[in-house]
Amino acid sequence: MLLQIDRINTYYGHIQALKEVTLHVNPGEIVALVGANGAGKTTLLHTISGLLRARSGRILFQGQDITKARAAAIVRAGISHVPEHRQVFGTLSVYDNLLLGAYQRYRRDGRKAVQRDIEEIFDLFPRLRERKKQMAGTLSGGEQQMLAIGRGLMARPKLLLLDEPSLGLAPLIVRDLFQLIASLRDRGQTVLLVEQNARAALKLADRAYILETGRIVLEGNAHELLEDPRVQAAYLGGHALAA
Amino acid sequence: MESTITTNVATRKRKPSMSLRQGLSVLLLLALLLLIFWLGGKKHFGLRQYAQLIMDGLRAGAIYALIALGLVTIYNVTNVINFAQGAFVMLGAMITADLFAHQLLPFAPAVNLFAAAVFAILFTTAVGLFIERVVIAPVRDASPLTLIIITVGVYIVIQGLALLYWGTGALKLPAFSTFFTEATRDKVYRPFGVIIKGQSLWIWTTTALVMAVLYWFFNFTIYGKAFQASAINRTAARLMGISPSKMSLLAFVVAAAVGAVAGIVLAPVTSPTYDMGLKLGLKGFVAAIMGGLVSAPAAVIGGLLLGVVENVAAGVTKSGLKDIFAFIILILVLLYRPQGILSKAKETEKV
Repeated sequence: MLLQIDRINTYYGHIQALKEVTLHVNPGEIVALVGANGAGKTTLLHTISGLLRARSGRILFQGQDITKARAAAIVRAGISHVPEHRQVFGTLSVYDNLLLGAYQRYRRDGRKAVQRDIEEIFDLFPRLRERKKQMAGTLSGGEQQMLAIGRGLMARPKLLLLDEPSLGLAPLIVRDLFQLIASLRDRGQTVLLVEQNARAALKLADRAYILETGRIVLEGNAHELLEDPRVQAAYLGGHALAA
Repeated sequence: MESTITTNVATRKRKPSMSLRQGLSVLLLLALLLLIFWLGGKKHFGLRQYAQLIMDGLRAGAIYALIALGLVTIYNVTNVINFAQGAFVMLGAMITADLFAHQLLPFAPAVNLFAAAVFAILFTTAVGLFIERVVIAPVRDASPLTLIIITVGVYIVIQGLALLYWGTGALKLPAFSTFFTEATRDKVYRPFGVIIKGQSLWIWTTTALVMAVLYWFFNFTIYGKAFQASAINRTAARLMGISPSKMSLLAFVVAAAVGAVAGIVLAPVTSPTYDMGLKLGLKGFVAAIMGGLVSAPAAVIGGLLLGVVENVAAGVTKSGLKDIFAFIILILVLLYRPQGILSKAKETEKV
């Protein structure tokens, strides 16, 4: 098991956002985390990447306890979090954004290795190469999402956390994006994907968890969940009711 | 995508009122210029006198620019307005003057000055580090008002300690040009009859150098880029593994070092005292506000502009009124252009 989360509880002040959440991610798989707005998906990712701290429970990454680790240490351990709304550094160039993705390993791996990786990201997203010197804030939404993912990959993560990558993007671009995520899996990248677009996420993922008001209510094989009448009723537009 | 739409709507709405306000402000500027020339005319000022006032203003302005740079650096990553910035300037000036007066090293005075300056910068930087760790870092999430009051307190403590150590007397530091010539007084250049002291050239050169170094650091090193990233989006920067606490420390180190440098080059023209930092810190603050508080180049322009405006205004009226003009500018800027005098109408916040 790459990531193992064991009954964590996370609070915002007095409000409990995660209740006894338990999940795991195996190496090489795409795990989808599906749920409505405010279900706690983003909170869970923030708790994993160290932006928030769980009040109780444990998070193990490759057997190492990272529950109380700092964000920087978690990046170094091999978890890279691509945040919701992309959050690229708008007034820095595309190149610099990618460079900063490698901030934690820059000193260890050296400039040469990092530059090679940037070229690799450019091969993956040729559009970014064309706009290498442009300010990230001037890119289109789809390009910014590619940049955010590229920046996340620059850390050479063992686990990539993707938070709502399809948010606010045109349907055609969303399709490309999900193809890209599938191709990442083919390269052996493990992904924990948070999505409101439940259908697309479940089609893509190997396994999935359904989160409702801070609790995991369903889990299992993504394709089986796609057929589950409860999931269909709640997240896939209620076709199950008609059937 | 949503954000571009909102920006468009906002600019469309603002357009008609903008041109009216622009016209008004141009008229106001013209009226002010006329007032200045009228007042200057009563004193029989010619072109040379104005050039002299502007030159002297640019000298003070360069110092304000350095102080403003320190303020902006800290504000950008920590949201702290550091009212102790003036204390860094004072420490730089006082330590250098004091050490130099003792001629501790058995070498030429120039070497002694250099050593004193280096020590002053290092010491002041250490003070900056200490302040960040001991009083800023523990209350990082406090409200802006609390943080401001803390920095005011820090300023008062440093000034108090300086008073205990140095007393109320002014120290002296000879002009730097005297180390390279036989003369005991500063070199004076007179292009077109305008008097420019050698120390002014030192101040301008140093300011330009500091700016160049900062520009290189922030734009061409990974730590500088990480610093910018932290200023742009702290959460995203944390996700890259950029520690906000380290960046805050870096900001104070840079600000303290730059402040000390400003104090060192300023010392020969002011006779430093323990309480020189307050006024300088406030003027630097005015300069930073003129630049909109977040942009380093705008802060530099704000500093130069402030120096020129207050000096010309004081020149045509009474020199004792100089500080009043600086603070009138502060109030006007805060009332009418809180986003800074250079930036365009405020952009709509991204959603």
